[in-house]
Amino acid sequence: MTQGRLISIWFFIGMSLLVNGLIILAAGLYEYSHPPALDAQVVLFQLHAGVWWGGLLALVGGLYCWKYAPSRG
Amino acid sequence: MTLALVASSSSSLVHLHPVDMVIIVFYFALVLAIGFYLKGKANTGEDFFMAGREMTAWVAGLSFLSANLGALELMGWAGSAYQYGILATHWYWIGAIPAMLFLALVMMPFYYISKTHSVPGYLKLRFGEPCRIVSAVSFAFMTVLMSGVNMFAMAKVMQIVLGWDLNFSIWVSSLTVAIYVTLGGLRSAIFNEVLQFFLIWAGALLIPILGLYEAGGWGNLKILIAQRASEQYVHMWAGLGSFSTNPMGIHWTGIVFGLGAVISMGYWTTDFLVVQRILAAKDMRSAEMAPIIGAGFKMLVPIIVILPGLLGLGLLPMKLLPESQAVATHGYSYNDVLPLMLARYCGPGLLGLGITALIAGFMSGMAGNVSAFTTVWTYDIYRPLINSKGSDHHYVNMGRWTTVIGVLISVGTAYLVMRSASIMDYVQALFSFFIAPLFGTVVLGMLWKRATGPGGFWGLLCGTVSSISMWAWVKVDPTALRYVALSPDAKALAQDMYQALWSFLVCVTVTVVVSLATKPIPESALKGLVYGETDIPPIENVPMYQKPLFWAVIVAAIFVILNIIFW
Repeated sequence: MTQGRLISIWFFIGMSLLVNGLIILAAGLYEYSHPPALDAQVVLFQLHAGVWWGGLLALVGGLYCWKYAPSRG
Repeated sequence: MTLALVASSSSSLVHLHPVDMVIIVFYFALVLAIGFYLKGKANTGEDFFMAGREMTAWVAGLSFLSANLGALELMGWAGSAYQYGILATHWYWIGAIPAMLFLALVMMPFYYISKTHSVPGYLKLRFGEPCRIVSAVSFAFMTVLMSGVNMFAMAKVMQIVLGWDLNFSIWVSSLTVAIYVTLGGLRSAIFNEVLQFFLIWAGALLIPILGLYEAGGWGNLKILIAQRASEQYVHMWAGLGSFSTNPMGIHWTGIVFGLGAVISMGYWTTDFLVVQRILAAKDMRSAEMAPIIGAGFKMLVPIIVILPGLLGLGLLPMKLLPESQAVATHGYSYNDVLPLMLARYCGPGLLGLGITALIAGFMSGMAGNVSAFTTVWTYDIYRPLINSKGSDHHYVNMGRWTTVIGVLISVGTAYLVMRSASIMDYVQALFSFFIAPLFGTVVLGMLWKRATGPGGFWGLLCGTVSSISMWAWVKVDPTALRYVALSPDAKALAQDMYQALWSFLVCVTVTVVVSLATKPIPESALKGLVYGETDIPPIENVPMYQKPLFWAVIVAAIFVILNIIFW
């Protein structure tokens, strides 16, 4: 949806999800390769939620950015 | 509930990593960037106060829902779910869905066709100036106070959860809100509310996913809860046949008639904070579809609010306590359940996103209050009472200044509450006094031609006074609860339900009696305002699946099925 000549709100949302997703993915991958001490791990650490959740957010955000990019009019 | 949320605690619940701070800082940068980007798009009154009336159904609907989805709401109801079990879901289903559908199908046509800027504006058209002034002054006063109360509550929660300084939280959040609302007006507030909606889901959805995985599914969670609390904690209706057979001490009549028929109707159909978002819709169909879209998503909100509370009840190793006991024993309170679950599953990055979701919720609620206050002050108080001959540009400037002043009053209120926390309790109670009677006045105005100006005015006034009187009666003599809430076992939430029901009935009765005793309003003056005198244009030339009624029926059917499943 584009509000007249405004940049679409969905583009801003896509940007937010993309940037947050990439940061979370990077933090998740770092924890995957450098696991914290056992007593510092969150519950279900072995599922590496940061990796797949961050990846999913980045993917959805990327799709929104692409679909609602200002350059696509 | 807010008061309980902010009772002091000695140490922070979670500790942020640098990567979490990056996510939080990025959020602040993004909302400010949106405000500066929209600065040039808010030059006229329609742009600044009504977002140009060009929002699609999706944007208006998500904003309508988000304005109510603040972080206190999330944390408070997660705590209530821990305390009362799945009964708390009633506030999301019967306490919202019927009212949203009623707004969409019955009331929205009158709001939209009358082209009013606000709910008090509709009352002016329907009942005359006195009714508008009573409603506008009480709304403006209470809204800006509520904004301050929420601001203080946010700062206190940030202190408890993260160990942040109170002054830092108050000033950073209020200045950010002041900047982006002053620059972009309602459009900026709406954009940020939709952004907040996505951030809340992105930040909070992992808790139920991982929680259910840990518990071994919903069936196992119910067994865990039954072992640690009672089987009644996972039934929505089965224990409501008596006041004493459910954790909330409420009877089904209170839920159905007090919550479903009065409180939720009052809030979702007449509180201008939420209705303003729908008035910004681009056309009639969008205005009707927006609350239906909001209702569809509202049914899902218990997944990220109620379920974490239930998961906390079933999985957390420690027992959470009422606020007073938690403070006395340095333990954890019911209201800590959401941050505790966040800290349980979320590592670096994910934790920052969860905290950002809470901050976004706080700020968007504050922006909603401030933008609604600005509109009501400018259009319903300043223009009719102080300067009725200003230019459009003058009123936009007044709106921008009012935004800044509104935020400053909110900051002042926040510091006032800091000195005396009991003020918060009174402000919240005061706000609830106006909701139920206002619904009686508005709905009679829309559906009953014979309702007159004096009838509307005296009905609203008497309903409000009766609500205040009942609250004061119970405050002075707690045993009066057996009369007001029909049971000495009733808890605070149950009292609210019955208090609303009685004040609504007082409002309706007085309105009817006074209207019948006064001169009817000529029918020619009611066109576009009342059922039977308004030509509501039919929504044609769209397929069945795009019609509001079609989706309202689907949402209503899902609502019934969900209540049966979790009976």
